[in-house]
Amino acid sequence: MAAPADTTRRPDASRRARRAERAPSGGWRTIAAKELADHLESVRFVVLLVVVGIAAIVPMYFTSTAITDSAPQLAGQPALFLWLFARGSQDVGGITTIAFAALFVPLVGVAFGFDAVNSERSQGTLSRLLAQPIHRDDVVNGKFAAGIAVIALMLTALVALITALGIVRLGIIPTPEELARVVAWLLATILYAGFWLSFAVLLSVVIRGAASAALVGFGTWLGLTLFGAFLLPLVANTLFPPDTTDADAFFASTSAQQLFLRISPATLYQDVVTALMNPEANTILGFGNLGQYVSAQEQSRSLLTLDQSILLVWPQIVALVALTVLVFALAYVLFLRQEVRA
Amino acid sequence: MTRTGTAVPETETTRRRRVSVASLLADVPEDAVIVARRLTKRYGTLAAVDSLDLTVRRGEVFGLLGPNGAGKTTTVLMLLGLTEPTQGVVRVVGLDPTREPLAVKRKVGYLPDNVGFYGGMTGRENLRYTAKLNGIPRSGAEAWIDELLHEVRLEDAADKKAETYSRGMRQRLGIADALVKRPSVLILDEPTIAIDPAGVEELLALLRRLVAEHDLTVLLSSHILGQVQSLCDRVGFFSAGRLVAAGPLEELAHGTQRTVELEVGVEGLPEAIDAVAMAVPGVRSVAPHERDERLRVVNAAEDVAAPLAAALAGAGLSLTHLRRRGADLLELYRRYVPEGLDGRAR
Repeated sequence: MAAPADTTRRPDASRRARRAERAPSGGWRTIAAKELADHLESVRFVVLLVVVGIAAIVPMYFTSTAITDSAPQLAGQPALFLWLFARGSQDVGGITTIAFAALFVPLVGVAFGFDAVNSERSQGTLSRLLAQPIHRDDVVNGKFAAGIAVIALMLTALVALITALGIVRLGIIPTPEELARVVAWLLATILYAGFWLSFAVLLSVVIRGAASAALVGFGTWLGLTLFGAFLLPLVANTLFPPDTTDADAFFASTSAQQLFLRISPATLYQDVVTALMNPEANTILGFGNLGQYVSAQEQSRSLLTLDQSILLVWPQIVALVALTVLVFALAYVLFLRQEVRA
Repeated sequence: MTRTGTAVPETETTRRRRVSVASLLADVPEDAVIVARRLTKRYGTLAAVDSLDLTVRRGEVFGLLGPNGAGKTTTVLMLLGLTEPTQGVVRVVGLDPTREPLAVKRKVGYLPDNVGFYGGMTGRENLRYTAKLNGIPRSGAEAWIDELLHEVRLEDAADKKAETYSRGMRQRLGIADALVKRPSVLILDEPTIAIDPAGVEELLALLRRLVAEHDLTVLLSSHILGQVQSLCDRVGFFSAGRLVAAGPLEELAHGTQRTVELEVGVEGLPEAIDAVAMAVPGVRSVAPHERDERLRVVNAAEDVAAPLAAALAGAGLSLTHLRRRGADLLELYRRYVPEGLDGRAR
């Protein structure tokens, strides 16, 4: 490899390299397949399936009993099938299936991601893995893909189970519109889980110990669930104090509160679910702006179609996607810049 | 990590860089497999690797020796494109690992320092995963994996979970893992670390056999002396990021040394040696040993071990210790690596 030979060989060599570079196109697919198999065989999958399953099915069971009991009064009620998910029975404190899902989905997301990268590091497999002819991003992509796949599998199975049990217990067949709403809710829930999964992957990149990463992940989930709804408006109120004598200032304060709440993915998800699962809901969003408020008043008591409901919460959906992408990109960039060595 | 493939028009700076790369690589022999020129890696102000020049030819076994923290692992990671050099040029099988990492990693088998496996999978499954990551079709991989497991003598443990493996077994599985892709170059980072002496012997015998069988070029790093001695064609001493000496072992041991040094010990006071030794032809000086007060160091123009022993016996002194210095790695190590064996001082 003398100097002139090097320069003349260069184009040919790089072309050969590029061709070779393309060959195992699916490095991330190989990783995802292995991770998925690991997840499905893991204890945590079984435990989470049982926990989330119980959390979703128990309210459904009591709700369907309550609906059957008061069947005569409910005749002609529109979107009755969605009540299975969106209405709670007094027997379980009025807690609904969708509320349980909102509570537990972050847990599932964190559980399948908190040890994605740091466990490879602590096992001593990361340098071996990266010495194989794969791109470094394949590792993060593969792990994320496997996580989202197992979550989607779990949630889809549970929703199908609830739907089937609901049909049996209520004896009513859901309309295509109702089914479409359930599917839309399922997709939104998978998206929300995806946010928490990418957050967990980020933690697994940044925090070297899997246990610490899990603690931080679950801590954030708990903190946001328990205190987010109180703390965020508090911050907004401090920055924009509400003034009851001035309508403009009052509106400004309210919309600041809303804005702050919507930094939280929990609020975004809540909004999306409320719109998707309640066709009659068109004012749930509060006074986002005056125009929305007025149009909501005009439309009151009329049912929205699915596309109208989606349109209503489209900004929230986009924001949730954006947050997920942002967090994932951060994990991605940090991992690419990290030294292989511990 | 850079992906190749975009054609960038050549600017003045890139042209100058190319010319300087060409001049750096001008003296590289035709059969060089691993080349490093002025290779430097800095972490902040600390130079982990400092202007390293290294050439490993095809079929050679090169030992990179040095204390922990001397920059061996950093060098290895740069050769694999897992860390970007701050400065300098690297070529592995004629390719630049920074620009074409995948092409390099397809050719190079790597056994990392402290290798690990997925504990929940069996040894065989771990190898299968590596084969899949290398894009080797399952049909072709199975027979090859069987053969490798046989070679590293893990066939009995192949279907046990990797978490039950002992350290030595993991190391052997690591070697099989590095060979799964049928590499032409093997890079082994501390292959003998934390293995008991019998295991080390076994591992070295295995490596010797594999190198011969598979026509491999090997770069191995170690901080344990003597273990790699028997395996390496050439060694390089690494100290604080610099390669302080490199060459065939005998050359390093004797080539640089004009005189022969003998360590001598007798029963009784060592001072008794002085007069007897000075009388032997060829002996230039006798000095107290640096570390052991019971010994003397005899400096001579040639190997005077036999006449010296005879002279001491003739003087009624019974010999307890006679050793020629510089013949083993420990001496070389002491000579070339100033910070000592633990490498604490950087």
